[in-house]
Amino acid sequence: MAATKGSQGQVDKPHHRSHSRDVSDVLKLSPLDDEHRDLGGRMVPFAGWEMPVMYDSIIKEHQAVRTGCGIFDISHMGQIFVSGADCEKWLERLLTNEVATLEPGEAHYTFLLNEQAGVIDDLILYRLAEENFLLLVNASCIEKDLEWLNENLVKGVVLENESTEWAGLAVQGPNAPEIYTAITEGRTLPARNHIDDLVHEGNRALVCRTGYTGEDGFELFCPAKVARTWWRSLIAGGATPCGLGARDSLRLEMCYPLNGSDLSPCRTPLEAGLGMFVKLEKGEFTGSSVLQSQKEEGCRERLMAIQLDEKGAPPRPGYAILDTEGKALSVLTSGGLSPSLGEGIGLAYLPKDRVKIGTPVLMEVRGRRLSATVVKKPFYRK
Amino acid sequence: MTAPDDLHYTRDHEWVRLQDDIATIGITDHAQEELSDVVFVELPDLGDIEKASPVAVVESVKAASDIYAPVSGEIIEVNTDLVTDPAKVNTDPYDGGWIFKIRVSDSAQVNDLMDAGSYTAMVS
Repeated sequence: MAATKGSQGQVDKPHHRSHSRDVSDVLKLSPLDDEHRDLGGRMVPFAGWEMPVMYDSIIKEHQAVRTGCGIFDISHMGQIFVSGADCEKWLERLLTNEVATLEPGEAHYTFLLNEQAGVIDDLILYRLAEENFLLLVNASCIEKDLEWLNENLVKGVVLENESTEWAGLAVQGPNAPEIYTAITEGRTLPARNHIDDLVHEGNRALVCRTGYTGEDGFELFCPAKVARTWWRSLIAGGATPCGLGARDSLRLEMCYPLNGSDLSPCRTPLEAGLGMFVKLEKGEFTGSSVLQSQKEEGCRERLMAIQLDEKGAPPRPGYAILDTEGKALSVLTSGGLSPSLGEGIGLAYLPKDRVKIGTPVLMEVRGRRLSATVVKKPFYRK
Repeated sequence: MTAPDDLHYTRDHEWVRLQDDIATIGITDHAQEELSDVVFVELPDLGDIEKASPVAVVESVKAASDIYAPVSGEIIEVNTDLVTDPAKVNTDPYDGGWIFKIRVSDSAQVNDLMDAGSYTAMVS
């Protein structure tokens, strides 16, 4: 038996501690690294970090989030704080969503674009105070985000990259609110897309009602030194430890894009079908003129949800999508077996004449052409 | 992880149960633990097969793994239960999770394989 194809570029065969010494030297370790290993986490390289892909079973971890509560270590993600008198206007010119609509304590999803309107990063922007914002960015993008932000920096705006100081936990699932209340002696979570900036047992905690799974829940950021305490008490409170594998299958069922796979500097948010996070009417921002003309002319390709009609091996990124005559149309940017549906699902950029819901296509799965259909997003609904 | 004494093992984590000239083949408990969540098994076609050639594929949620023929001979039967219940590879790797059977061309081939002790030492 030999592993031949992982579903994420960086992730190959899961390996145990004894095999991972050689990579630990170059990969960053989470403040929760020992916890993962003690729980039997299968550690894999991901975006320059060594993180658990799963503990016992991706499917069980996935179901824990859909029906109970799961906890993910997201300490690899980046925290960039932006402050200063001019920071709202400055962010408005760099990000696609409308910053001015955020009240202190609110958050939204947004994009950092290059001049061609290609996606540098997708991120959550939190407004902590009138002149104080937090950008929660992808681990693999921290450096290039900072480079871009610094190149565009103006007087009156202060950038602070605190990514190494902060740990992050995503606590997701219908039971997440009650677990939070139970372990914080009665606190309640902020409202959807809101953030509480609080002090818990002497340490700062940013508690955000956001997530990447399609379930209720929160993301909690705390100083690295107290990550273990939060992690253990949330697990003791009933949260199931979950790895990157379940994080990927959960987000794919919801059609949430994965940067570096579904999003890239060559693709715009409109092509990715994420125009609701692009506010062209707010005025000029980086990439806005390209997006304006793309909106007027229509996208030549769109990121579509594709579901297999028949049982087969799970779709994987890179598998070919063909029309019913067998002509190549595209390749999957994401793919996998949906644990909730028991069906093969994937995302691919399709030409505009193939984006109608219900369009039949073929998916080439390990040399076999299986019939598949373009379906409405998301794949999974409660 | 378990590795029954009456089986033979390959470096690629297949097990072989030889009864007369029929070898039943599957993947080990260690292999199924590593893979986790087997969701699809591509079964081989019946017919002649050379030792070490890829014959089947076991796919977990995260990765696909090739299965190689541990011995030469003729594939005479495949476990069609795995079509509807591939997770048997996880839950019952040495019995209900068998994958295919080979009528071996020469039973002495299994002498090249590992015994349970050597296999256990290799993976621990």
